[in-house]
Amino acid sequence: MAAVTTSTERSLNKLAIVGVLIVTIIFLAPIYWIASTAFKPRNLATTIPPTVVFQPEISPFVKLFTKRSQLRTAPTPEQYAAAPWWERLVFDGGEKVVRSGRGEVQWSGYPNRFMNSLIVAITSTILAVGMGTFTAYGFSRFKIKGEQDLLFFILSTRMLPPVVVAIPMFLMYRAVGLNDTHWGLIILYTAFNLSFSVWLMKGFMDEIPKEYEEAALVDGYTRIEAFFKIVLPEAATGIAATAVFCFITAWNEYAFALIMTNRRAQTAPPFIPSQVGSGLSDWTVIAAGTFLFLLPVAIFTFLLRNHLLRGMSFGAIRK
Amino acid sequence: MTQIELRGVQKFFGAVQVIKDLNLKIDDNEFIVLLGQSGCGKTTTLRAIAGLETIDGGDVLIDGKPVQHLKAADRDIAMVFQSFSLYPHMSVYENIAFPLRAMRKSKAEIDGEVRSVAKVLQINDLLGKKPSALSGGDMQRVAIGRALVRRPKAMLMDEPIGALDAKLREEMRAEIKRLHIKQGSTTIYVTHDQIEAMSLADRIVIMHEGVLQQVGSPSEVYTRPANLFVAQFVGSPVMNVANAAVTMNGSGARVTVDGAAEGFLFPAELVGQLDAANVGQDRLALGIRPEGVMVSREAADGYLPVEAHIIEPLGSYDIVDLKVGAQMLRARTRSGFVGKPGVQVFAKLDPAQAHFFDTTSGNSLGVRL
Repeated sequence: MAAVTTSTERSLNKLAIVGVLIVTIIFLAPIYWIASTAFKPRNLATTIPPTVVFQPEISPFVKLFTKRSQLRTAPTPEQYAAAPWWERLVFDGGEKVVRSGRGEVQWSGYPNRFMNSLIVAITSTILAVGMGTFTAYGFSRFKIKGEQDLLFFILSTRMLPPVVVAIPMFLMYRAVGLNDTHWGLIILYTAFNLSFSVWLMKGFMDEIPKEYEEAALVDGYTRIEAFFKIVLPEAATGIAATAVFCFITAWNEYAFALIMTNRRAQTAPPFIPSQVGSGLSDWTVIAAGTFLFLLPVAIFTFLLRNHLLRGMSFGAIRK
Repeated sequence: MTQIELRGVQKFFGAVQVIKDLNLKIDDNEFIVLLGQSGCGKTTTLRAIAGLETIDGGDVLIDGKPVQHLKAADRDIAMVFQSFSLYPHMSVYENIAFPLRAMRKSKAEIDGEVRSVAKVLQINDLLGKKPSALSGGDMQRVAIGRALVRRPKAMLMDEPIGALDAKLREEMRAEIKRLHIKQGSTTIYVTHDQIEAMSLADRIVIMHEGVLQQVGSPSEVYTRPANLFVAQFVGSPVMNVANAAVTMNGSGARVTVDGAAEGFLFPAELVGQLDAANVGQDRLALGIRPEGVMVSREAADGYLPVEAHIIEPLGSYDIVDLKVGAQMLRARTRSGFVGKPGVQVFAKLDPAQAHFFDTTSGNSLGVRL
């Protein structure tokens, strides 16, 4: 009888593994698609059936970072020989790199947009997590009149789909001159993330026994010192988990970035698709831009993976 | 030299008064144990002394200076928590060094002091470990080390060994006593365990519902309980308490337990002392510890026949429930002294161990025979 149960269990286990594999493949397929397209020569990007085996090349990335124009005539052998290796890749694709009068290479809009994304996402994450941590600590440790109502109010800011307020926000931003500025987006994303950050951090703060701080208070430290020396290190897991979520939200945000910015402070998400229709659409360049755009979140999440695994099981950190 | 004094301390949690007009003076080097049931206000008292809880009235004085307005950090008092509260992200060394870092001591000084405390507590080998890798007893040693290291004016301990298992608790009790004798610092120790209190304290402070019941040496609170609460809280097995009537009978007094046909013989002075206390017979309660109930297998002078009801063998001795009138009196006997439940034995009360209480106020009438 026992043997029967074991074999049933074993086949169920196998079934589960197959199920997990299928789900994993479904989830990873688009990422594989983007990553492989980013390394394909242009003529292979849109073949039917899709090309799976090909010689990877990095010309899409060169094109992504440079401003190019169509070649009317093929470059002369001298021009070709004088060009650096990466410029030859552009020549091979039937384009040339645009240079200024003094011969400097003109960058495309991508590096700037990418930097903007980094600036906005990192700053707003720091602000949201920082303020959220302090607020959560206050709610967790002190008796506050109307605490429940205040917490509900904070949560209620998430009940409205943000896009609903996009037009009034745009008008307000224009009136105060915040549109198309880094700070405009930073304030916006911080406001989005703050309620989430407060609630998540409150859960983590509640889990940290207050005896730790009391011990520090008796040991001769002030409350703020106790906060930084004891509470913050203890809350690291919660902070990491909250930071990843806030970063992902700010990094991927599309609608407000599209409406509120157009040039100076534009982030990568509205920029990448805008390249689809300009002139001739080069899917390999778009894929290269998207591939690079995926990396920071992947790296950030990977670095904090241990914290995340513990942090996901909110409230189960320690007792 | 550290004296701690509480003068008329009051503390409310909302509408509930958890400390009621508490007055207490603690001498230098004294080991004081605050004893009481959970919720009696003993931990709140300790936290008020530490500065972790504000008080709503009265004064907390350390060396004669009021400190109730000072922050915990400025009172120079160390505390050991029931949960040990070792900082999980720091090594044992860092945990012990933590209070010294607050004093901005030099690296060499800190190192010297951490190592000397570690030596006293025999935790030298653990300095590099994280608290999560320690056993309960070692965690407790580290917590005590962290409290001792900066030589505070006073040590406060909030049920420091309550979370340990019974055997370890006994070991640590002895160790705390040894440390106190060696280091000699004013110590206030909170516990609900009367055995801990009896074995450690110079003086025991018994609290009940926020009110101080009695302060005294362990033997004092045991042999001269101030009221019914102390009488029944201190001592295990619990003191027998029964309503009783006292009558004069020839040359002696007779104390008749509620519902009993015959009374136990007591010296005649009892009547005089009770008259002086001026308490009516209807408000009189007799208290006697199980070791004050003497049991004989044969009839003897002054012994009354009683029925053995339940026998609890406890190894070194037995507790025998004797049916006296409507009451059960618990007696402590030699192991196996009373053969089996239901047999008739003979009992007598030791007048020197008898206590009389006013059932209305609960106070002891101070009868000494």
